[in-house]
Amino acid sequence: MATATTYTYDVLVIGAGGAGLRAAIEAANSGVSVGLICKSLLGKAHTVMAEGGMAAALANNDDRDNWGVHFADTMRGGQYVNNWRMAEIHAKEAPERVRELEAWGAVFDRTPDGRINQRNFGGHRYPRLAHVGDRTGLELIRTLQDHTIYLGVTVHMEHTVIELLLDDGRAAGAVGYDRERGRFHLFSAKAVVLATGGAGRAYKVTSNSWEGTGDGHALAYRAGAELIDMEFIQFHPTGMVWPPSVRGILVTEGVRGEGGVLKNSEGRRFMFDDIPDNYKPQTASDAEEGWRYTQGDKNARRPPELLTRDHVARCINREVKAGRGSPHGGVFLDIAWIKEKLPNAEEHIRRKLPSMYHQFKELADLDITKEPMEVGPTMHYIMGGIRVDSDSQMSTIDGLFAAGECASGINGANRLGGNSLSDLIVFGKRAGEYAAQYARKASQPRMDEGAADKAIKDSLSPFDRGSQGENPYNVQQDLQDTMQNLVGIVRTEAEMQEALVRIDQLKERAARLGAEGHREYHSGWHTSIDVRNLLSVSEAITRSAIERKESRGGHFREDYPDKVAEYGTINIMVKPTPGRGMQVLRVPIQPIPEELKRVIEEQKS
Amino acid sequence: MKDKATFRIWRTQPAGGGGFKDYTTAVSDGMVVLDAVHRIQAEQAPDLAVRWNCKAGKCGSCSAEVNGRPRLMCMTRLNSLDLDKPVTVEPMRTFPPIKDLVTDVSWNFKVKKGIRKITPRKPDAPDGTYRVAQRDIDRVQEFRKCIECFLCQDVCHVLREHGKFDEFIGPRFFIYAAQLEMNPIDVADRVPDMKEKAGIGYCNITKCCTKVCPEHIQITDNAIIPLKERVVDRFYDPVTRLLHMLR
Repeated sequence: MATATTYTYDVLVIGAGGAGLRAAIEAANSGVSVGLICKSLLGKAHTVMAEGGMAAALANNDDRDNWGVHFADTMRGGQYVNNWRMAEIHAKEAPERVRELEAWGAVFDRTPDGRINQRNFGGHRYPRLAHVGDRTGLELIRTLQDHTIYLGVTVHMEHTVIELLLDDGRAAGAVGYDRERGRFHLFSAKAVVLATGGAGRAYKVTSNSWEGTGDGHALAYRAGAELIDMEFIQFHPTGMVWPPSVRGILVTEGVRGEGGVLKNSEGRRFMFDDIPDNYKPQTASDAEEGWRYTQGDKNARRPPELLTRDHVARCINREVKAGRGSPHGGVFLDIAWIKEKLPNAEEHIRRKLPSMYHQFKELADLDITKEPMEVGPTMHYIMGGIRVDSDSQMSTIDGLFAAGECASGINGANRLGGNSLSDLIVFGKRAGEYAAQYARKASQPRMDEGAADKAIKDSLSPFDRGSQGENPYNVQQDLQDTMQNLVGIVRTEAEMQEALVRIDQLKERAARLGAEGHREYHSGWHTSIDVRNLLSVSEAITRSAIERKESRGGHFREDYPDKVAEYGTINIMVKPTPGRGMQVLRVPIQPIPEELKRVIEEQKS
Repeated sequence: MKDKATFRIWRTQPAGGGGFKDYTTAVSDGMVVLDAVHRIQAEQAPDLAVRWNCKAGKCGSCSAEVNGRPRLMCMTRLNSLDLDKPVTVEPMRTFPPIKDLVTDVSWNFKVKKGIRKITPRKPDAPDGTYRVAQRDIDRVQEFRKCIECFLCQDVCHVLREHGKFDEFIGPRFFIYAAQLEMNPIDVADRVPDMKEKAGIGYCNITKCCTKVCPEHIQITDNAIIPLKERVVDRFYDPVTRLLHMLR
């Protein structure tokens, strides 16, 4: 056996962003032994990048808010194909999850009466996002990290899992390697929680860091788990477009929440030209009303810049395609204009949006208090993921749990900003709790050493080919081009069929990848392992998107531009079938209970 | 801007030790040092080791020494450097090398565990919430901007030159301790630990840490000096000492 060490835990958590840390905390607090694996150093996971805040109906800034409104907002944002039970749990439990963070050391911005301050965000009816300036993700991950380190959790930093191990169909652990030395390790566990985040690296323009390679999605899929909603991808409307090296990096929605407006090259506020009917009653009728909304006027309605992300992204895409874009292929996002309204606007902007100010100043040589930014859509989030039980977060494989972005259900066809950080803590906690419960009843599984050996041998094959093999970076880049151009914001049948052909070709090339030299901290070799995951995820996205012949939320088809009622009652699911590759199925959505239906109807006015 | 530049990058040898190797690569407007390193990695040296994550100055992973100065590679624009000469890129020298630009920073994670964790007072409201004024947490929030890049640790001479890793926690953890000490809901006392275990006396306030902080946290003025003052008030001020004895 080629492994250096075997670790044995009750619960193994894979991924140490918000969801993984929260799961580890909950499991450790219930008294079981916990191992936590992270691809990076602790506290560096992509959660750190989240800016705007975490949504929870605390009703600190507007006492009309409650879980019902949050639930209805989430369902409407998700175009009603959400797992309604997850949306309900999320809305009900988020306030408690946010409150407990304070006692763990989180220091949120305050209201004048000293409570947690909440801000407006797209798709949320009331100010709902607990935040810390525009670095809420950093606050969340640091708080959870600093809480975890005192709980006796064993943290394996800079380790990558290459395969999950099963024992007679139930989760038994994982095999992985440490980046530092390239040694392999076995992790035996009674229950496994996947919290690996997203898959943005399947696309060329993304806000995700290198870690977002869909590892959890692909590990679960290869182990036989079901994935749902993979066609739903959120392109955040405002990523940086220049300089090229930072293309895709996020510009928080908070800029628009604070009064920032979108304009095309003709200086027109184009968002007022296209407001969907179901949002009209809640959208400002003119610029003045929109401004008042951003300044906390409870009688004003939100500006169209704060419509859902999928809609704003498509509007920007349209302006650029129509030749009304900015010099570097985006549109203009202007916050500097508020100096017409506020006496000390420059200082106000720097205080409210410090990291945006910093980011543009340092990376683009641009002062956002004086000039407009150039922004364009960026692959930000995947709504699809591992199909889980709404209450326990267990996947379709016994003992395998999932939480956060790699799991699916709560967001439906589109996620509202701010619902991700709260998703992490609500369902991270539940995954940890139920995984621990499962582990306490389960026996220590048998480790399938044959499967582990095979996984190790496969992952080392690039070294056999050395310089004769394909460059893994090239394959990754070609895949990113394929997904960006053929399965992007606007999709068609023909382009997606073409994408499938190319993905097949890329799979063949991926089977011939090469790596030279030693295994220590070898980025090329690491990329060869990531590519395999990205290919599975890309295929799942494409096949699911072909199957959904309509447009809804984060899935827009030029050949089927309208919403179709029959697709409102199903989720698209993929799973592996032995010898036949990826199977695409439709699964009916459970009927929503009458009382939840009423909650939604009450909010429709 | 020139269209090519040379980067003199530290490469370690598998057997130990290392040396600089020059790589010339295409550069363009708006690029940062990390972009150049990535381009070299993709085109010339696939086994070149570099630690990075967010590429936006938020995660603090890509710390290195660029032309001898501790910097985040993702926030160092090429147009701020003299490209007529090779740009040297080397790992943080205060920490043990792992490979190329990657160093072993695990000591920092161990140090943090030794600092007394937050101990919250009883909540102010029955629903478990607190009432805290924004002005009372402005300073704490400044410290919580820290992205744990450890550049302050890298530049601190108590660690770098004198190697006091067993007696001194370094600027990062003075900030960490200070944000806990100044958090209005925390009731724990870390002042004796600052004197006895954290070695705050070793800091002679040269402010090197403040100068390299990518988040522009006033580490020395706002965190270390106030902590030093608390230690002095508690242990060295004659009036306070008398009061303590009488208590």
